[in-house]
Amino acid sequence: MIESKNNLKAWLYLAPALILLGLFTFYPLFNAFFLAFVKDFNSITRSTHGMDGYAFVLFDNFSRVFKSPDFGQAVKNTAVIMLVSVPASIITALVISVALNSIKRFQGFLQTVFFLPYVTNSIAIGMTFAFIFHSDYGLVNMFLGWFGVNPITWVGPGASWEAGMTALLIYTVWGGLAFKILVFLSGLQSIDKQYYDAAKIDATPRGRVFSKITVPLLSPMIAYITITSFIGAAKAYSTIIGMFGASLGPEGNANAFITFVGLIYDALEKGTIGAYSVAASAAIVLFLFTFMFTLINMWVSKKRVHY
Amino acid sequence: MEIKLQSLTKVFVAKDKKETVAVNNMDITIPSGKLIGLLGPSGCGKSTTLYMIAGLLEPTAGKIYFGDEDVTNTPPELRGIGLVFQNYALYPHMTVAQNIMFPLENIKVPKAEALERAQEMADLVGIGELMNRKPKELSGGQQQRVAIARALVKKPRVLLLDEPLSNLDARLRLQTREEIKRIQRETGITTIFVTHDQEEAMSISDEIVLMEAGIKQQVGVPQDVYDQPDNLFVAKFLGTPPINTFAGKLEAGKIMLAGHNIGKVESKTNQEVLIGIRPEGFNVVEKSKLSLPIYMVETIGRDTALIIKDPNDEAKTFRAIVDSSHRIKPGDTVNFAIKPDKLYVFNKDTGELVK
Repeated sequence: MIESKNNLKAWLYLAPALILLGLFTFYPLFNAFFLAFVKDFNSITRSTHGMDGYAFVLFDNFSRVFKSPDFGQAVKNTAVIMLVSVPASIITALVISVALNSIKRFQGFLQTVFFLPYVTNSIAIGMTFAFIFHSDYGLVNMFLGWFGVNPITWVGPGASWEAGMTALLIYTVWGGLAFKILVFLSGLQSIDKQYYDAAKIDATPRGRVFSKITVPLLSPMIAYITITSFIGAAKAYSTIIGMFGASLGPEGNANAFITFVGLIYDALEKGTIGAYSVAASAAIVLFLFTFMFTLINMWVSKKRVHY
Repeated sequence: MEIKLQSLTKVFVAKDKKETVAVNNMDITIPSGKLIGLLGPSGCGKSTTLYMIAGLLEPTAGKIYFGDEDVTNTPPELRGIGLVFQNYALYPHMTVAQNIMFPLENIKVPKAEALERAQEMADLVGIGELMNRKPKELSGGQQQRVAIARALVKKPRVLLLDEPLSNLDARLRLQTREEIKRIQRETGITTIFVTHDQEEAMSISDEIVLMEAGIKQQVGVPQDVYDQPDNLFVAKFLGTPPINTFAGKLEAGKIMLAGHNIGKVESKTNQEVLIGIRPEGFNVVEKSKLSLPIYMVETIGRDTALIIKDPNDEAKTFRAIVDSSHRIKPGDTVNFAIKPDKLYVFNKDTGELVK
């Protein structure tokens, strides 16, 4: 008999991972669901304020999330980041991957170049981008200046929402490219070359090779990247810190670029009575939102993805 | 479409600059409208030759002509060829119909006409009812037919098949090779197929081209090549069971095997040679000088295989196939005469046929 009744050893091997996961993932997860329904949670006494135990409410904490002054802005920003940066970065990554896959010289070098953002700290990249978009000596304004465009305030004091968002989106798209390119390249390299030989003999135009052969054969990777990117974009936060600092906006316009996760941190930072519950409720709203989005993604990909 | 290969050569250069001559100075003319088998052991350059004809590989030297047209530098899509890949290369996300229509859509054939032509081709290869299936829902033989239909649908001048039967099981293989012959006959298209299986090549080809180590060995009608091999390699490669070879001598035109005269040649040069005798080249006779003890007998029914010790070397055996009407038991001593048309003499060093 191969199967041993005594699987103590297996549990022992799993223990480190399980303990860490339990402590830092499962406990906070369930705790968030719990806190979201506690009335006037006091984070110092760890009970309902003015009581020894807990009193519960159903929707109060959630309605405080929806009534928060930044809620509308957070939803708008998050939605824009999701709906613009995800498609833009996937299409860009796809084009770059196909190009990278078709060249022979310097392929390894260029792969490394494109992969570097993945292993670089996002705050550091954010600061670099803040410099690139600097209104006085930033590279972007210098470049635009060649075409006679007046300097634009992208991220500095007084920057408009449109300008700031443009800079943020460019940064987000670029930052997400590395991992996508990595996945797409490995997918492309696993496609049998004979499909391309067959297409060549059948005089297939380049565009059709891409749309009718490459994309369908890459569709499992594209679906995977789409789902994870949407989830990632829904959680956007550190990118904004990187570009605009902890005020989440240009000077004088704090919280202009607040996102859903920003809402959660804001509530936590206030630390007032019931603030943890608001943060927990906001987290649950975000969870339900991404969950719904993922379901839609999976439903779409079921029809379009060829495995 | 007659295809002419003129001193066609392909040299592959590896990363360490090591050169491999895959195809060496090939000269062949492939007659129009015939089914040609490109035959040889693996690594002999037959697939390389096929891919050069297809245009997917660029020759190092030499020319390829389709009729009078020099296509050596013509890209594959302009050569008017259909190619069936060894593992078919059917697009897995498309249905059979979409796969067959794909080449037509590329050249902007109207949808209705494309569908009609695809159906026509599918019917020709016998998969007309499977148009809405995906490749993975088909058997290997059916996939093969889809691949042939896709290659034929744009009415190419030449059909090329790379090891068309190697991915099929034994029963399907027999069936499919007849199918290929039938499709070729019905369409009349010049067809070249690559195989390492001599039986496969001999059974359906109008002509075979036998290759070894990148060099053309012999070209001809299968039976002619079998009956009149130019060299030892050809003689050995064709025929199951393979030809028996013995060390022997030529003495004033007489072929001497273990001191017995078993036949004659025109050449009067005395030399040591290799004697080749096809297994079916042994006649059981009442009296002869070549009398050999039988080591083992294999009854097949239609005929009988005799396993006999090599008269030169006790440790080796060879195989003779005789009519089953001879009731021979192991241990019997049998007198043999050698059929002159199944007896060949080869130069010991070059392997060339000595006439």
